[in-house]
Amino acid sequence: MLKADNLSKVFNIHLIGDKVIKGCNGVSFIVDRGEFLGISGPSGAGKSTILKCIYRTYLPTGGDIRYDSVLYGQVNLATIADHMVISIRHKEIGYISQFLKVIPRVSAVDIVAEPLLLKNGVSPEEAKTKAGELLERLNIPRKLFDAYPATFSGGEQQRVNIARAIIWKPRLLLLDEPTASLDRDSTAIVVELLKELRNEGTSMVGIFHDNELMKSITDRAYRMNPETEYAE
Amino acid sequence: MAMVPILDVKGLTKIFGDGCHLCSQSTGPEYETNVCRHCGSIVACSDVSFKLYPGEILGIVGESGSGKSTVVKLLHFDWDATSGEVFIQSTSMDKSININGKNLFARSPYQKRQIRNLFMGIVYQNPHLGLRMDVSSGGNIAERLITANWRSIAMMRGRASELLEKTEIPVERMDEPPANFSGGMQQRVQIAKALSNNPLILFLDEVTTGLDVSVQARVLDLIRNLQSELNLSMIIVSHDLGVIRLLTKRTIVMKYGRIVEAGLTDQILEDPQHPYTQLLVSSQL
Repeated sequence: MLKADNLSKVFNIHLIGDKVIKGCNGVSFIVDRGEFLGISGPSGAGKSTILKCIYRTYLPTGGDIRYDSVLYGQVNLATIADHMVISIRHKEIGYISQFLKVIPRVSAVDIVAEPLLLKNGVSPEEAKTKAGELLERLNIPRKLFDAYPATFSGGEQQRVNIARAIIWKPRLLLLDEPTASLDRDSTAIVVELLKELRNEGTSMVGIFHDNELMKSITDRAYRMNPETEYAE
Repeated sequence: MAMVPILDVKGLTKIFGDGCHLCSQSTGPEYETNVCRHCGSIVACSDVSFKLYPGEILGIVGESGSGKSTVVKLLHFDWDATSGEVFIQSTSMDKSININGKNLFARSPYQKRQIRNLFMGIVYQNPHLGLRMDVSSGGNIAERLITANWRSIAMMRGRASELLEKTEIPVERMDEPPANFSGGMQQRVQIAKALSNNPLILFLDEVTTGLDVSVQARVLDLIRNLQSELNLSMIIVSHDLGVIRLLTKRTIVMKYGRIVEAGLTDQILEDPQHPYTQLLVSSQL
């Protein structure tokens, strides 16, 4: 479903005398349909860079990211047109960042409902109901539903972030340390939700700082080495 | 599933002055000027090409004098382009003029006016450009509706009150002129007027610049809500990356009349490629 082929990313910082910073180099892996691939490696090895390249928040410098899209068929995410990436983000590929990038002045329940509306096919009321149910499962108190997440605690914000990313059941979900800021109980709920999502057919690529956790939910791991990057 | 762009802009160029064959080659970011060395003409924008897709908000950022507002003014036929082509793809059947597949810059002034009245809306930074300050707010909206072939006074009043309500202007103030209103309210009347003809494309030129932050937030929220409600296609010109981040999915970065970078908004902000974009992003507070 997803195939990274010799993917590399180099940052060229023009402001600091054209400084070159290596993001990742020669990354190749395959994710089959319904599979959960973990990416492991030391801090600074370029794990997040890979996810951001797949999501196109970073523009890959070299290599291909072949993705088997429902909308467009076989595409290379490294090079397809921006508007196609937007459609794929709305309908197929989701992304959980480490922290919620708060959208100002939008209530928690609306933030979570939004991607469901973008994927279309549901009424705004139905989307809100579903968003409420999911937030409830994530132990967000009901009285916070119509509050702005900017005022929430870090853990609460992150649970809103996770709810927003999984509510629409993307085909492929990219996870960048989703549980790093969560306590044990919340992490357990998130893991349960991710397992459910997988059983419903979502393929995933994820980074977890907790190795035990990663082993328990992923099928395979791609290990990165900061110097050469090799797969095990 | 191939998506057809609603607006297709090709090679848009505007030169103020006589112009010469060296204008485009002697200006731009690499020369750090938009004044032609040979004839002194000002190259406001040169070879600007992009597409706007249905329901999308596209951002244009750049510093003062980068040509971003010029692009919008050319597309709205406020100014005549020196060269370039623009195409609009309309799927609606009820419009009385067929515009598909033809370069709109080649149309007659009368047809351009018609296209503008039926398919476009614009909100300027300065409300004085978009509104008659001494005519009632309802009258301002009615004026626009008349150009879009509305005739019944009652229907126009109904439409005006509906739009003012949508843009959070108290309907009982419909008969007051915008001159009586605060800056934020004037901007919302402008938005109501721009929406009145159900445009295919809405141009927003620095709409929140100069408003205080709380008013700015309300105007931005209004735009965001209108977009999700009406699924409008918009082009937003701004020098404020916060506005761009909040409202757009795709962004064009301009400098000295040229596009220096175009991409997904999050990519522009997190992985800017061009030195100027890197400077712009790193300059954010």
